[in-house]
Amino acid sequence: MLGTPIKRREDPRLITGQATYVDDVKLHGMHYMAVLRSPYGHARINSINTEAAKKHPGVKAVFTAADLKGVVGPVACAVPLGKITEGMGIRGPLAEGKVRFFGDPVAVVIADSRYGARDARDLIEVDYEPLPAAMDVEKAAQAGAPLLYEEFGTNVALSLVLEGSSEAIDKVFEETLANGGVVVKERFVNQRLIPNAMETRGVVADFNKSAKKLTLWSSSQIPHILRNVLAATVGLPQHQVRVIVPEVGGGFGSKLNIYPEELLAAFASMKLGRPIKWIEDRSESMSSTIHGRDQVNYIELAAQRDGKVTGVKIHVYGDMGSYCQLFTDVMVLAFMFPVMCGAYDIPHVYRATDLVFTNKASTDAYRGAGRPEATYAIERGMDLVARELKMDPVELRRKNFVQPDQFPYKSATGTVYDSGNYEAALDKALAMADYKGLREEQARKRAEGKLMGIGISTYIEACGIGPKGFAPVGLYESARIRIEQSGTVVVQTGSSPHGQGEETTFAQIVSQEFGIPIDNIVVQHGDTDATPEGRGSYGSRTTPVGGSAVFTAAQKLKEKMKLIASFMLEASPSDVTLEDGKFSVVGSPQKTVSFEDVALTANLSNTLHPSIEPGLETTSFWEPTSNVFPFGTHICVVEVDKDTGRVEITRYVAVDDCGNQLNPMLVEGQIHGGITQGIGQAMFEGAIYSDDGQLLTATLMDYAMPLASELPSYETSSTVTPSPVNPLGVKGIGEAGTIGSTPAVANAIIDALGVAHIDMPFTSEKLWKVIHQQ
Amino acid sequence: MLLVHYLREELDLTGTHIGCDTSQCGACVVELNGDAVKACTVLAVQADGGSITTIEGMATEGNLHPLQEGFWEKHGLQCGFCTPGMIMASAQLLKSNPNPTEAEIRKALEGNICRCTGYQNIVRAVQYAAEHMRTETAAPVGGGE
Repeated sequence: MLGTPIKRREDPRLITGQATYVDDVKLHGMHYMAVLRSPYGHARINSINTEAAKKHPGVKAVFTAADLKGVVGPVACAVPLGKITEGMGIRGPLAEGKVRFFGDPVAVVIADSRYGARDARDLIEVDYEPLPAAMDVEKAAQAGAPLLYEEFGTNVALSLVLEGSSEAIDKVFEETLANGGVVVKERFVNQRLIPNAMETRGVVADFNKSAKKLTLWSSSQIPHILRNVLAATVGLPQHQVRVIVPEVGGGFGSKLNIYPEELLAAFASMKLGRPIKWIEDRSESMSSTIHGRDQVNYIELAAQRDGKVTGVKIHVYGDMGSYCQLFTDVMVLAFMFPVMCGAYDIPHVYRATDLVFTNKASTDAYRGAGRPEATYAIERGMDLVARELKMDPVELRRKNFVQPDQFPYKSATGTVYDSGNYEAALDKALAMADYKGLREEQARKRAEGKLMGIGISTYIEACGIGPKGFAPVGLYESARIRIEQSGTVVVQTGSSPHGQGEETTFAQIVSQEFGIPIDNIVVQHGDTDATPEGRGSYGSRTTPVGGSAVFTAAQKLKEKMKLIASFMLEASPSDVTLEDGKFSVVGSPQKTVSFEDVALTANLSNTLHPSIEPGLETTSFWEPTSNVFPFGTHICVVEVDKDTGRVEITRYVAVDDCGNQLNPMLVEGQIHGGITQGIGQAMFEGAIYSDDGQLLTATLMDYAMPLASELPSYETSSTVTPSPVNPLGVKGIGEAGTIGSTPAVANAIIDALGVAHIDMPFTSEKLWKVIHQQ
Repeated sequence: MLLVHYLREELDLTGTHIGCDTSQCGACVVELNGDAVKACTVLAVQADGGSITTIEGMATEGNLHPLQEGFWEKHGLQCGFCTPGMIMASAQLLKSNPNPTEAEIRKALEGNICRCTGYQNIVRAVQYAAEHMRTETAAPVGGGE
């Protein structure tokens, strides 16, 4: 059962339109919330007049920040750093005194109809005094920039050099140069992206006044964390808050968060005693759901003449946007810097960062969350070194790889990589792509004046978060397994899959462990009242961490069932085996009791041996001792049209290693989707603001999402290097495709044009200009 | 009132989804009088007297439509949000082009955005459906599989 590409158990309800997403939730007496948002990137709020709005027919209430004071706490920041610990970037759910980004929530209207709420919203009068906006992260970090938080005198929340000083790295660079080596330097922009899950955010809050219980439906990736933080923020005990995550139409990290609107809907429902629904429309989503990436990097790499890289130095300006959302300030330090050396055995590293507030939407985790930024920087850096040394970029990488016998490998960053065989994945990809043939074809095409490029990315990443101490709340995962008297197995997981298919994968794990048909297994998730304390789905953790909890719980029940069976079979428990859903005694295969027999005995108890506790239910909490490290090689082949600058990806080859694959079809699906988002960053996407803080890419007309007609089919394969970190030997795969692909595409296009560097996205206009300047 | 709101709010047919506000994403595609339309760009009153098929109407007598089967067999969906519109748009394609090439499928689905799958398995799903629909029409009446 494990390792088979069976089709998904989620699908029947989804393909027939029977699934419930949050906007499908309809409760009796439900009212609607509309959010008034700032049209300015930066402005003082002089006054807010809600009188006309309050009088609009159907309006029950209009709330501003004043109504929330002392009742609703601030929007949560998981790990405040630097000046954030003093309050910089922390705010309540509605703007107070100032608005700091286009889309900043200022007031909410509660009305009995969706349309009425919006009409009333338009009647709210806000007297804004526009202020100059800080829109460029490097300029915002300098003295004299417009300040978001005047009381702090700067926009820089944290300036940090991880290694303490550059003395050591400077010496390494000097020595390398002195010995005839090279140093390459470049400035990279990792542009701001809009996650744009196809379902926007939404919430239904329902406070039962007599029971004092709040139920919240939310399109979220983190039901339990949301419940815990929401309870604390609105002043309710945890057990009086129930979060239900229904079907979620994509997250990609953008729903790994706790948003003002969730707090506001809860507050409104508690105040008015009726259900409150809020659904984001797309342009609201694009301006006020978190954005991804957004960094300027200054990178330097030193390498010996023979290609051995001796050191990497990087300074990252991290654009956090205007406020701290849940993980805004830890992207660089917790996720990017630990994997700064990539797949390479680089002995010295120097990492410095300035984390800066600007008048834009908050940035936070978006597919890859820090690892795409690290991978882009190091993979582009390796190509710059190869270019300087006139070395094949493949051979340069091969020369610097961490070797199989070095695992577990401790990087110069301090991070320990669990397992890997980077050269095997590389060689497989090279063979699939016929790399030698591609270079020959490129030489021929160049002689004809055509612009053909080949780009490679050999990436690693760190996921399956995480071990003790990685985050302020432990990132274990949970699974409760209950076997009913019929023998049906119910698995309740603290994970919260939203498209990744773990209702299927987890059932496969259980089916394998018990040897029972997969149709006898049900996997439930999303309701905090019906699942044990969990941590949700993000960071490619659901299978490595959530799956391990399921496996562990199944093992516990298997042992209990063997014990019960041993009494039924009158044998010693150590002689009892379970195979294909039957317990039997070693040496007497004809004597069996079925899985269902044991389940019935345990549940009914009357014939159960008195030394055994009745029932068949257990909960396991599984915590990894380390992150896990998928890896792979992506090869992208492009042709750039000289007359139009248009890029065609003619081939895309990906070999990815996520350890053991429980369902290869689902793994491949994650890679396809991941690669597409990575291509999206390289070729199409970018959130753009005007100098005064207007979001110019606020609808899908202006923000180019990858479309079916613009993409090739990918040639995918894999190697399997199991992880020693968990009992399943699996690594996550949800983000690896995105992490590996962006640099492969970038390197291909830059190779096609034969220049040192061009920043993303590679629009036709940008490339045409580069071509025609040459 | 937009057709998509009429379907979702008045008729409780919530299988048709809203994904954008600029008629781009295709999550709201339904069939109106034989043609695929974006229900977010049709007023309910324009559909007055018309015949509409939504995703809820694709399976007949408990049998999945070949497109629904194809999406299931080929893992053509992950979060499922774009899927109803994707299936309805694909149905339109196969009506006018029962044997489309990969390029033709990709072109026909240009008006449907998916953020999860990268489209590759959606193409495979449509190819699966096309093949099954061709085989069905070729089967003799009362016979075949």
